[in-house]
Amino acid sequence: MVIEITLRSVYVSGLATLLASSWSLPLGAAIALKNFRGKRPVKGLFNTLLGMPTVALGLLLYLALSRSGPLGFLQLLYTPMAIALGQAILVTPIIVSFTVSAIESVDPEIRDLARTLGASELQAGLAVLGEAAGGVVLAVTASFNRAIAELGVALMVGGNIRGATRVLTTTIALETTRGEIVLGIALTIILLLVVFSLSLAVNLAGRRTTWRF
Amino acid sequence: MELKDIVKTYGRITALDHVSLKVRRGETLALLGSNGAGKTTMLKIMGGILKQDSGNIYYGREKIDDRNLKLLRRNSTMVFQKTVLFNSDVYGNVAYGLELRRIPEADLEHRVREALSQVGLEGYEKRPVKTLSGGEQQRVSLARALALKPELLLLDEPTANLDPENAAAVEKIIKEFKGATTVILATHNLFQAKRLSDRIAYMARGVLVEEGSPEEIFQRPRDERTARFVRGFAF
Repeated sequence: MVIEITLRSVYVSGLATLLASSWSLPLGAAIALKNFRGKRPVKGLFNTLLGMPTVALGLLLYLALSRSGPLGFLQLLYTPMAIALGQAILVTPIIVSFTVSAIESVDPEIRDLARTLGASELQAGLAVLGEAAGGVVLAVTASFNRAIAELGVALMVGGNIRGATRVLTTTIALETTRGEIVLGIALTIILLLVVFSLSLAVNLAGRRTTWRF
Repeated sequence: MELKDIVKTYGRITALDHVSLKVRRGETLALLGSNGAGKTTMLKIMGGILKQDSGNIYYGREKIDDRNLKLLRRNSTMVFQKTVLFNSDVYGNVAYGLELRRIPEADLEHRVREALSQVGLEGYEKRPVKTLSGGEQQRVSLARALALKPELLLLDEPTANLDPENAAAVEKIIKEFKGATTVILATHNLFQAKRLSDRIAYMARGVLVEEGSPEEIFQRPRDERTARFVRGFAF
């Protein structure tokens, strides 16, 4: 049971991180690299959304995905996909804000340098992304950790259904309220191990990697 | 290369005010002037990394526009006043421009090593650039330019942030470019302009005041602004 729940947690949150990365990384790069009117408010909006309470997001998603909601026809409520979608929305501001910050902290002359060495505009943009890659990887890692550790979304749109949508955080909450403290502690240690192992692995890999696109 | 009637503004500030200049193949031209004269803007436009508001650039017989900007970028390279390096090792930095040109691996490696040898950095290939001194970092920048064997080399105050010893080393490397490459050197250093250049163009407040040989500029300046600038040195 424990292994199954752990694997489901990693799968759902991994999927959420992948989904969020697919739209957040290009969005973050575009916000950082392009100059447009309203850039500052857009960045401010994503920074503000960093503090989005998971229960609030869970409730909004529940209303949207419930049978009478606007997305009810998708029949996603109480499925692992619903949790993944909710977590993806939850971590989107993390990836966008951290990506923008990482790219903007790159020396602005890097782009000119790449151009003067013969790079096209696209290649020059990729050179900047390469310089920011460490920060971007950190953003994605932090997002996975946030997703796997959150409870509100998983509980409200997942329903904590045994064998279907039960993940580490919902099981910890359930077992603790049932007085199964030892099991709750064991699951918490597993959750911490997953989070810390990933962070450690990324940290070690980052030290040995030079990112070039 | 020829610039005709180039104008560039940043908001209300006119960085280049109807500048025209012809650069001969193989010569070393110094763009002399104090800070804010428009030298860096001029170099960036010449290197195709900044677009002029009006005026035309000709490279050989080609008029440069958005469609053939690549021609300019592929045949020129620029070394910046502030050393700008990719966050990787020395080899990766020097190889970057060659990789963009899809130089075969064996030739690429040879050219990187040759360029590093020319700037006295043999054996530095695997060193992370962040661990190098300021002088060594600027030499990596020069090696990166050397490896490309550019037709046009644009140098923006390349010794401004270096101690005299490193500045002398960098000047020695620049001299090795002479003849084979057209070099345009932006500097406010009168001595350096005289030491390195075949011809000097004096700029002030976005205007190209006058151009001539070092002797003409220092001994017989035609314009009062040039005379004032060089007076401390020449008279």
